Amino acid sequence: MTHQKLLNAGLELAEGWPQLLAQAQSLANSFIAGGHGRRRAGVGDTFWQFRPAQQGDNLRDIDWRRTARGDDKFVRQNEWQAAQSIQFWVDGSASMQFFSSAESKHYRAACVSLALAILLTNAGERVGTVDGKLPTKQGRIQVEEMAKQFSLPTKDDFGSPEIDYFQSQSLAVFVSDFFGDITLLEKAVTAAANLGVSGVLLMILDPEEISFPFSGRTVFESMAGEIRHESQQAGGLKSKYQTILKNRQAILRALAKSVGWQFHCDTTGSSPADALIWLHRALEHRR
Amino acid sequence: MIIFEVLGITRPWLLLALILLPILWFVLRAIPPAPKIRRFPGVSLLLELKDNDIQPDKTPWWLLALRTIIIGVLIVGFAGPFLNPELIENKNTNLLIVMEGSWADAPNWNAQKKEVLQVVEKAKNSGQKVAFLQLTDPNQSLVFSAASDAQKKIQTAEPNAWLPSSGLERLLINLDSFDTYWIGSAVQWPMQSKFTEALLNKGNVKVSKSKVALFGLLPTSFTEQGIEVNGIRLKSKTAEQVSINVMGLDPSGVERNLQIAVLNFKAGMSQASQVIELPKEIRNRITRIIVMGQQSAVGVRIVGENNLRSEVAIISGDVAAREGLKLLSQEYYLAKALKPSHDLIDGTIEDILLANPDAIILADIAKVGAKVAMIDWIERGGTLIRFAGPSLAAKNHDLEKADALMPVKLRRGGRSLGGAMSWGSPKTLQPFKANTPFFGLPTPTEVKVTAQVLAQPSPNLATHVIARLSDGTPLVTQKPLGQGRVVLFHVTANTEWSNLPLSGLFVSMLDRLVSNSTSSSFEPVALIGTTWKLSQELNAFGNLKSVVDRVGIDGQVLVSGGIASKTPPGVYEREKLRWTRNLLQEDSEFKLPIWPSAVDLVGPSASQLQSLMALFLIIALALLGIDILTSLWLSGKFWGMGAAFAALFIFLSFAPGDARAELASDRSLTATRDVVLAYVRTGEVWQDEISSAGLLGLSLALNQRTSVEPAAPVGVSLGIDEISFYPFLYWPITSDQKALTADELQKLNRYLKGGGLILFDTKDANFSQFGQSTIEAQTLQKITVGLNLPPLSLIPQDHVLTRSFYLLQEFPGRHVGAAVWLEASSGRKNNTTETPFGNSNDGVTPVIIGGNDWASAWAIDSSGQPLLPVGTGFSGERQREIAMRFGINLIMHALTGNYKSDQVHIPALLDRLGK
Repeated sequence: MTHQKLLNAGLELAEGWPQLLAQAQSLANSFIAGGHGRRRAGVGDTFWQFRPAQQGDNLRDIDWRRTARGDDKFVRQNEWQAAQSIQFWVDGSASMQFFSSAESKHYRAACVSLALAILLTNAGERVGTVDGKLPTKQGRIQVEEMAKQFSLPTKDDFGSPEIDYFQSQSLAVFVSDFFGDITLLEKAVTAAANLGVSGVLLMILDPEEISFPFSGRTVFESMAGEIRHESQQAGGLKSKYQTILKNRQAILRALAKSVGWQFHCDTTGSSPADALIWLHRALEHRR
Repeated sequence: MIIFEVLGITRPWLLLALILLPILWFVLRAIPPAPKIRRFPGVSLLLELKDNDIQPDKTPWWLLALRTIIIGVLIVGFAGPFLNPELIENKNTNLLIVMEGSWADAPNWNAQKKEVLQVVEKAKNSGQKVAFLQLTDPNQSLVFSAASDAQKKIQTAEPNAWLPSSGLERLLINLDSFDTYWIGSAVQWPMQSKFTEALLNKGNVKVSKSKVALFGLLPTSFTEQGIEVNGIRLKSKTAEQVSINVMGLDPSGVERNLQIAVLNFKAGMSQASQVIELPKEIRNRITRIIVMGQQSAVGVRIVGENNLRSEVAIISGDVAAREGLKLLSQEYYLAKALKPSHDLIDGTIEDILLANPDAIILADIAKVGAKVAMIDWIERGGTLIRFAGPSLAAKNHDLEKADALMPVKLRRGGRSLGGAMSWGSPKTLQPFKANTPFFGLPTPTEVKVTAQVLAQPSPNLATHVIARLSDGTPLVTQKPLGQGRVVLFHVTANTEWSNLPLSGLFVSMLDRLVSNSTSSSFEPVALIGTTWKLSQELNAFGNLKSVVDRVGIDGQVLVSGGIASKTPPGVYEREKLRWTRNLLQEDSEFKLPIWPSAVDLVGPSASQLQSLMALFLIIALALLGIDILTSLWLSGKFWGMGAAFAALFIFLSFAPGDARAELASDRSLTATRDVVLAYVRTGEVWQDEISSAGLLGLSLALNQRTSVEPAAPVGVSLGIDEISFYPFLYWPITSDQKALTADELQKLNRYLKGGGLILFDTKDANFSQFGQSTIEAQTLQKITVGLNLPPLSLIPQDHVLTRSFYLLQEFPGRHVGAAVWLEASSGRKNNTTETPFGNSNDGVTPVIIGGNDWASAWAIDSSGQPLLPVGTGFSGERQREIAMRFGINLIMHALTGNYKSDQVHIPALLDRLGK
């Protein structure tokens, strides 16, 4: 899957839903070009104050018009404006490559994430990835970089988000099947929450992973073949498996709740717009 | 071990393994079917789960049954089952193998050997001691020893061209009891029953009757029209046709096929005869008559050049007159010329006529006594040869009516040439015309005639002349009279009128005339005390081979002994005499052998031991295939691998069986639309592939380098395909090609006559020189025996083949240096001048014969790379290139006819025109 294709899919998803786009536009309008006034001097467009020039100020920073009115030299300062940063983690592990129907979980995850990223960029937000390879930036080019990043799957069976590159006060979007080690996820979520990051967990599952339509003597292998489980009568495992899956979802929901995040489960069998709408709603409250 | 009388088992103890089958059943049951393997990301959630039920999935019972059957079939297969086991109740420890090995066995000698070897192999397995006896073998000994010794003996055994002799039973006298396996031949021999009795006294006798259609040739008789060929065969209820090949010398002395005839055996008849019409001159050149396609001495009749020594009487007119000059007399010259190969009779004319000689020579006798008796003798087939002389010239012929003893009417007086008083110079001879008795004899230029008698000019004079002087006047004339003839030499038999009697031509001319006389009966009395030496031996397969260093045999022994090991058939010689001895006499007939009822007759097919091991293993393999497919299906993988297997299976079973299914019309269409190089299918797949690849390579090279653009080469089967479309035929010789049928011969002869070119390739690099020949060369001889091939010569240095496209000096293929033969060029020029439009070959040699294995050098694979290595390194590649150039030259030669050879003269012609 080339990143271009992925990007196009994301674009389509984003643009194919006018109400979504309209919502995004209205959302965007409620912010001033995505910038949030921080009520102190900094990088921004709006005038904040003149202050006397101090040693170390650049010559070019001096506002000559104001300085000409008096004897002192003044420096013009603008109000610091910062856009909201949203960091994405799209699980690219082998487990996400599984598919029983038309598209794999990873494709769905990447597609929904990109659509969201496009909407957010349109709204002037900064987007990036959790792993630190793409620090948050604005603009379409950043979205394309992300698409490139998503189309590189990893070799591991199961994935977990990196914990070292969270931006404080940003938003985090974790998209995965969360079949990996739950403690690693817990660690990451906690680390993020400690930095004031709030976010969402989006679980993507294949329909077969929910219905478990297997029977007979079967050896189950993880996608990279690292884990095997042999069952003499796979049919008998169905109900047990489904219970465990429900437990896992409950654990994830509890984890999200404990740090004020949100959790949602989506399947590749349903429409991708559902997930997108949910994601957008979930983030709306956070920004 | 033998089961049900039809099935035997080589290793019965292996069948014990069948007991394991029930155990196997349980073991197989215990092993569950192979699990399906699924990729499933949720496996991490499954890890801590346990199955509800430990009992695994079961292998279906029918799959178990299938596998058990497979193992069972394998066990039975490896136990070595075979059909038609020998049912010998009380086997003797000794086994005698009897082969007759006579000419009657030669046609299927190899099959007989194979059968016997099988029997010996069986005896070897059962530990019997074996002795081998070939009844026609002159050195016989009977020792029972290990079977392998007998095998060696059998492998080297060759049939002989005579029947077993009597008294063979004495070999058996001092032996203990033994069983006998006897390959009976198709023809009974004398004293056979006695030998059979003796064998039956010693033990069981099993006889394998050979079934072979055998045709023999009885002595031929000469008739007015030609020769009568008489054939015999074994009694049969069906009508049969047999092709007969009459071989003889052509004018240049090369033995070739003169005529093909067919003997029609009517249903129920064992004899047939056919008159082959042949001119008398050709009749005298016949050497052999052969039954085509039958490799047996009995189907070959050697016809002697001088079967009998003819008797000649010389009567001279000038005996008393000039006694002192005897060494100059005509009689002396005649006697000198005739004595070495003919018997001379002395006496008066009346006495001589009573002796009934083959020819009478009258030297310058004008008035013949006992004229009526003489005419009577001539009409019964005598040849009267007269020589001219002074007295004949002096006779006044005008006064008489036509003389019956003169071929032509003479003018009075002779004429002399080149003398002091004459204008003309001595005359030489014109070449002899065809249809004269002297045709083919050389006419030396030093023979000059200074005087002759002249014939009266008359309208029918020309029909009588059989030799002329250079000015057209007759030198020899002849006239048929009854069955005989009168011949007149218009010169003397001494040197007075010409120097003809001094030349070798004189002897040859007399020989031809005298030998033409009809044969009289053969007198055994004349053979007493004579010693004959075998010069050419006819072997059992019907091939005539020269032999040297044989002990002389008394003539009487030859007559009384018949054909036996000491006196084999063939050509015997004594001094200058030839005596041909053939197998069959006038009254010979083929009798089927009569076997006593005590003999156990087995057909050759019934005793065939047929191993079923392969069959069982193939069945097991097929079942295994089914097992694989069902297992795949069970584990849900059928639509991947299984479908591929199944597709392969179906493809193999429905693959197009025969590429020859293409329509003949399509073939002829491509063959006539484009130039197509063709090769003869040999029946050996690898050879046909190489031929095809070779011609493909050559076609490609022609395409790239010349304006000849051939289509893809085709293989032709002579019996089926039309070959006249193809300008060039490549014919590799493999060792087991069969002789041609009459139809194929006719087709090929028509092809050669119509301008085709055949390249025979023995591929043996003429490896065995020095008079030996390889198997391929022998096969080539066998194949070409009926073809109308021209005289061949080694390829001359200036032949057009060396320059028709490239300039070449040698003609390598995969081998280098083997001689290349093609049509000799000398005879061709004469023909073209005589019949300017009769030469459809246009100067192209109809055949090229070599052994350089050209196709292998030309052969390329589908990617255009050379298929087979030639030589080594760079020089090898050079050799391949030269081989390719030879091929291009060859095709150029075949396609352009004499155009290329005429191009050589263009500069000279232009030069001359310029002047």
